Amino acid sequence: MAVIQVERKPLTLAERTYLPQIYHGLKTTLKHLVAPTVTLQYPEQRPEIPTGYRGVPTLVKDPNGREKCVSCQLCEFVCPPKAIRITPGEIPESSPHAHVERAPQAFDIDMLRCIYCGLCQEVCPEEAIWLQKQYSMTGYTREEMVNHKDRLYELGGTLPDDHFKWDKKKAAEDAAAHGGHH
Amino acid sequence: MDFSFYFDLPLALRLLLQGTAVILVLFPLAAACSMAERKISAWIQGRPGPNRTMPPFMAYVPVIAPILRSLGLFQLAADGGKFVFKEDPIPGHVNKLYFVLAPILSMIPALTTITVVPFGAYLNQAGAWVPIVLANLDVGLLAVFAVSSLGVYSIILAGWASNSKYPFLGGVRASAQLISYELSMTLSVLPVFLWVNAPGGSGTLSLFDVVQSQSQPGLWGGAWYAFLMPVSAFIFLVALFAETNRQPFDMPESEADLVGGFHTEYGAFKWSLFFVAEYCHMIVGSGIFVLLFLGGWNPLPWVPLQTVIEAIGLAGQPLLTGALAVGIFLGKVVFFIFFFMWVRWTLPRFRYDQVMTIGWKKLLPLSIANLIVYALVIAWIERS
Repeated sequence: MAVIQVERKPLTLAERTYLPQIYHGLKTTLKHLVAPTVTLQYPEQRPEIPTGYRGVPTLVKDPNGREKCVSCQLCEFVCPPKAIRITPGEIPESSPHAHVERAPQAFDIDMLRCIYCGLCQEVCPEEAIWLQKQYSMTGYTREEMVNHKDRLYELGGTLPDDHFKWDKKKAAEDAAAHGGHH
Repeated sequence: MDFSFYFDLPLALRLLLQGTAVILVLFPLAAACSMAERKISAWIQGRPGPNRTMPPFMAYVPVIAPILRSLGLFQLAADGGKFVFKEDPIPGHVNKLYFVLAPILSMIPALTTITVVPFGAYLNQAGAWVPIVLANLDVGLLAVFAVSSLGVYSIILAGWASNSKYPFLGGVRASAQLISYELSMTLSVLPVFLWVNAPGGSGTLSLFDVVQSQSQPGLWGGAWYAFLMPVSAFIFLVALFAETNRQPFDMPESEADLVGGFHTEYGAFKWSLFFVAEYCHMIVGSGIFVLLFLGGWNPLPWVPLQTVIEAIGLAGQPLLTGALAVGIFLGKVVFFIFFFMWVRWTLPRFRYDQVMTIGWKKLLPLSIANLIVYALVIAWIERS
């Protein structure tokens, strides 16, 4: 049988007077009284943000200063609250990054809509959008709460790149054009 | 120094000045208790408590201003100011006269009981101890019991005048609780007065005489009554918690099940009056406990104040002796205020039926048994 009969012991006289329990309780609270506080003095002291924290979504550049986003709009489509609005644009021929497919002309994230779910980061094939450590967003108007492209890059900064896939692709194409087998 | 000019003043004026002086100490002390309550609550919970408020001009004061700020004293002033100036609504469904009368009535017993509580003593020229007290009545303790019990009327009145069910339940609980614990409290102090009033002498209920009987030389004379009568002291303390409506006995307020209890409908200044009154009751109650069981202004058990002032050479200085006595007494009272707050964060609130069970089935028989045992022991000691 899974039923276990627990014996309910009668209270001893000392327990029925409550006094030993009160004494131990007082000792516990006194320990807490003299213990250091566990709170932060917030605006002056900031919490340490753990790795993997999902803060405000940002756009990042690769170490060569190229904006990673190729405006495929996957994040825009996956975004559950429809916070992201992307206007795709072309990269001019004169740019050193002309070999990359495209780049966003405009990229707006409405932080009044964003629910910090991180689906945009998960879906991004270019690892261009990251939920980083900024946890506090404030503004006086609705317009201020919309992060535009320049602001998104300012918040995002540069993250290391393990692949440089567009550069590799270009190198492969160049090699093919110069008598490769492909 | 010569203070004869003061003693030449008419008696009525002198009493008025003394009374004003006591209220001017008691009232801010009670207000400061509210900040102490918040700070101690915070510290026990691992928080720093209110430590932000500071008027801008104080930013120029070094050292002192940051300390006052971190102790929350400016917050206290801000809260006090807020209570005075904020809107004080009277709900439409209340009985207006009694609704306004209740908080005023709550202050009267709270400030009246202090008159018979001696808070110090000094040696006069003749070498006799003179109590520092507004009125050294022979019926001292009876007067305290009689007047402080009136405090519950304000709670009942508030509960009834609010004309709404939670305040009403709070008021009913307050009255039942007061009746239950008043009995045990009164019975618990009887052994003390049996012991103080040796046969042959004139009988007294004066609190000053109780302290004097704890300041005698010798093993028995110097012992505080907390050591001679621990059970009495315990019952008195428990009943004191119940009478001042402090946790774990704060049935009339009991915000978890009665919203705010008797003061649900109150706000602003009227609400704050209830709280200053509660803290005044705590201060006076702690004071009486200290006088009855913890030797009043004697610094340590078996070390009466007289020994101390002779040791440090204050014998001919009535003013300094008095200040020292008041200081020691206030120190003990402040410790008890702290103890009230300490217990508040240690014990959960009793259920209402538990409060009644403890009062009637535990404390009352215990205090009667305690009285009988001490009556027999004292009779036996007096006979031998």
